[in-house]
Amino acid sequence: MYTAEFAYKKASSLAEALQLLQQHPEAKLLAGGHSLIPAMKLRLAAPPTLIDIAKVPELREVRLEGNTLVIGAMATYYEVETHPQVRQAAPILPMAIELIGDPMVRAKGTIGGSLAHADPAADLPAVMLALGARMKVVGPSGERVVEAERFFKGMFETDLGEGEILSEIHVPANAGKQAYAKFPHPASRYAVVGVAVVIGPEGVRAAVTGAGSHAMRLTKLEQALAGQPLTREAIEAACQGLLPPNDLNHDLVASRVYRAHLVDVIAKRALLQAAGL
Amino acid sequence: MAEKLFGKAMKRVEDPRFITGTGTYTDDMTLPGMAEAAMVRSPYAHARIKKIDASKALAHPGVLAVITGQEMKEAGINSIPTGWLHPGIKTPPHYPITFDKARHVGDIVAAVVAENRQIAEDAAQMVEVEYEPLPAVSLGSEALKPGAPAVHDDIPDNICFTWSIGDKEAVDKAFASAHKTVKLKLRNNRLVPNAMEPRASLAQYHKASDEYTLWTTSQNPHIHRLLIAAFIMGIPEHKLRVIAPDVGGGFGSKIYQYPEEIIVLYAAKKLGRPVKWTARRSESFVTDSHGRDHETVAEMAVDQNGKITAVRVETIANMGAYLTTFAPAVPTYLYGCLLAGPYTTPHIYCHVTAPFTHTTPVDAYRGAGRPEATYLLERLADVMAHELDMDPVEFRRKNLIPPEAFPYQTPVALQYDSGNYEAALDKALEMVGYQKLRQEQAEWRKQGRYMGIGVATYIEACGLAPSALVGSLGAQAGQWESALVRVMPTGKVEVFTGTHSHGQGHETAFAQVVADELQIPVEDVSIVHGDTGRMPYGWGSYGSRSAPTGLSAIVLATRKIVDKAKRIAAHLLEAAPEDIVHEDGKFMVKGVPDKAKTFFEIALQAHLAHNYPADLEPGLEATHFYDPKNFVYPFGTHIAVVEVDPETGRVKLLRYLSVDDCGPVINPLIAEGQVHGGIAQGLGQALLEEAVYDAEGQILSGNFLEYAIPRADDLVQIEHDHTVTPCPHNPLGIKGIGEAGTIASTAAVANAVMDALRPFGIVHLDMPYTPQKVWQAIHSARKLGQAAD
Repeated sequence: MYTAEFAYKKASSLAEALQLLQQHPEAKLLAGGHSLIPAMKLRLAAPPTLIDIAKVPELREVRLEGNTLVIGAMATYYEVETHPQVRQAAPILPMAIELIGDPMVRAKGTIGGSLAHADPAADLPAVMLALGARMKVVGPSGERVVEAERFFKGMFETDLGEGEILSEIHVPANAGKQAYAKFPHPASRYAVVGVAVVIGPEGVRAAVTGAGSHAMRLTKLEQALAGQPLTREAIEAACQGLLPPNDLNHDLVASRVYRAHLVDVIAKRALLQAAGL
Repeated sequence: MAEKLFGKAMKRVEDPRFITGTGTYTDDMTLPGMAEAAMVRSPYAHARIKKIDASKALAHPGVLAVITGQEMKEAGINSIPTGWLHPGIKTPPHYPITFDKARHVGDIVAAVVAENRQIAEDAAQMVEVEYEPLPAVSLGSEALKPGAPAVHDDIPDNICFTWSIGDKEAVDKAFASAHKTVKLKLRNNRLVPNAMEPRASLAQYHKASDEYTLWTTSQNPHIHRLLIAAFIMGIPEHKLRVIAPDVGGGFGSKIYQYPEEIIVLYAAKKLGRPVKWTARRSESFVTDSHGRDHETVAEMAVDQNGKITAVRVETIANMGAYLTTFAPAVPTYLYGCLLAGPYTTPHIYCHVTAPFTHTTPVDAYRGAGRPEATYLLERLADVMAHELDMDPVEFRRKNLIPPEAFPYQTPVALQYDSGNYEAALDKALEMVGYQKLRQEQAEWRKQGRYMGIGVATYIEACGLAPSALVGSLGAQAGQWESALVRVMPTGKVEVFTGTHSHGQGHETAFAQVVADELQIPVEDVSIVHGDTGRMPYGWGSYGSRSAPTGLSAIVLATRKIVDKAKRIAAHLLEAAPEDIVHEDGKFMVKGVPDKAKTFFEIALQAHLAHNYPADLEPGLEATHFYDPKNFVYPFGTHIAVVEVDPETGRVKLLRYLSVDDCGPVINPLIAEGQVHGGIAQGLGQALLEEAVYDAEGQILSGNFLEYAIPRADDLVQIEHDHTVTPCPHNPLGIKGIGEAGTIASTAAVANAVMDALRPFGIVHLDMPYTPQKVWQAIHSARKLGQAAD
């Protein structure tokens, strides 16, 4: 009740959402509202218009298409977490989602909302990077598909352009053994450090969130483990000094040095878990 | 015979309304014509207010007024006083709206009143305040340094008061001849209270009668009325009614007479409309009175037998920017006087310096002084035990006051009335399986796992309080309690208590006792509280006083009812009053069970007075004012078991158990709930919570994204039991249990974490034991170890 004044528009289709976005270029898209609404209450954000896309039917579907899990951007955490095909084809998703917020947050919050918001401490961007997911984006000039790695560009910054909407997330099914480990912030429960790993036929893909301005691949780790049998010793040896402290976030909970140390520890734990060690 | 309800784990009668959202909190109330207020608050910790331009805000549609401090001062609104004075204490003015300088982030600079909250919040952002930012100081010890910025211009050294207790010479002598001494530098971290319900106030002015009504989130409505009437606004006391309806948690933060309450009262009269204000959570963080914040040097001396010979304490207790209602009492009489703890220490000296700083004012927070004292003593005990190569339990056992020593006079003013400390300790040790646990710990260490076992034995002084005693110590109010028990013609009973329930379950527990005393169904009893217009008088709820003090008043009032009922029964049954017995819910002639009258029949006759003793007043109600003879002294032992992850520094609670002695337990469900909540808050201080300020006086942990309060998954299933040592000087032998959990648990968890870190040679860390702090300590210790190798 104490946000600045704003207009509220509700889209009932993707086409209508795109049209509304054209008409109101200053508008913000409203999904689950768990990041945007608190920011508005604190008056850190004061968009003149909100376009609610949370109930757009074609954005909520979750289905398996061949070897790809197609997740509608407005599918809620809960819907994805409990979806049988997701649980089977990409178990890292429910594993990570379980650690997000609380049941109320997971009932309202959406996958696409989180990814498009690109909070540097959100869990799912790291998961998408490790999975090698691709983002389907629709806009005034049609649709395009963006690799997760190109999608996350900075702190709260994505590849989404003006008038564009993230519509689907394409996740490779059965990409390999996978795990997500997280060191949660004691208050917010966002990731101080979260590491997602997928051990696939072509090797290890690992990504970290919470450490820097946006989620990123742990290439040094991936390279160190390339072509090696994944023994405990190999993992422990590889998880040392993965990121230089100077590039990392720092706050009350974790200094740069401590955060860099946590990246090593959490990466090790994620790997050990994924490898079943 | 009706079932005895004392001791029965009845479900709380207040819970259905709380859990179905049908309670009535202040913010739930809407009055016809009501306007709403929003505060303009200083973003600076210290700044001169050069100019306030409200023209834009006033021009905003729907804005009714922008009120400044200057305006209120000119209208004769005075400074907010404190409720406790020490000799030589400095009590700088605290106007509801400041007009010269802002002295902490959140200090009110202006208030906007508008048709609704949305408009008020919008307009508050339009009030243009020109500040001249000034250097600020947030840490107590920094404020005492020469050249530190002064919080109040006429107190250049920032010292609010200094205070001491004990025989310094005797203590120094004991230290000089000690077998061993230990010394710790301790920081008792500043806490944000975080009651679930944010503060709110709604004021109405009744022009016809020149009366005011204030609904507010208070633990003690009569204190508000008294302060507002006698000191701040000059409203005749009988023309102001203060109502604290359902209140969602206080923990001490709703004792204080806050500025917003004065502002809405002033605005309501000025505008001729009811005015409401409700805090946003971000306002709560910077304006609800904070807790703790001590910097202490604590020392302990022992003789060759391991008996404590002396304790010496030097504390800097941060008061914040202004004095709250109880702040001066907290780090003094509720702290220094508790430094004997459960131990036979013969010599104790405590000296306290209380500076002002550019931070949120501090007041009582659950336990208030006693957790600080317990933390200090229990840390010292553990460190000393280690120095003596003695098990920490054995060190405590050696020093506990034995049961035959009561009443026990401590060297720091208090006389403990009763206790059996070793019994509680033994019970806790047995429950936890102490010896086995120590063996397990040793095995874990061999595997590189770090378990810690923390023991805290504690006492507390609560049940505030003998009035003459606290008056002699500086209290500006009595601390007795009143009760009015009113029986209606139908035999239903209303009980009016001067204490206030803001989550403690008085409506249930008190009703159980009244039902027992009157031998009537508990459904026939209502407990009424929180309204100066309905109760005789009262001092509210804090310091675990409601049961020992408030309920004692109720019990003695019900006994007056029973006495009068016997006289009515005697008349009706044509017997002598001394032959009437009160049994099985009836008043009967002794030995003649069929000559009996029910409570209802007597209540009816008391109101009809058709067939009634000539020398007796009609009606059936009684008032009792109860002034306790002493504090009550709950005690117990808490044990925490934790595991520290050396890789991340994260502390995991494995087990927690408490054995508490609050005398006979009225309602085990409620008592246990109080202990659980208290333990959670104490654990919060030890592991999670801290109000962190930067050098500019900005709070860095001022929201729930940064400030961690304990959640369910931070805790374990608490194992709880109790011993029963009745208080010898109140009618039911009961003692308070509201704060015990907080008093013991911080120390128990702290000791457990430090115990886990012993193999690294770490002796002491300051709370909260955040993963980073613990990891850093382990990391440094390992580096040091490597260097030594």
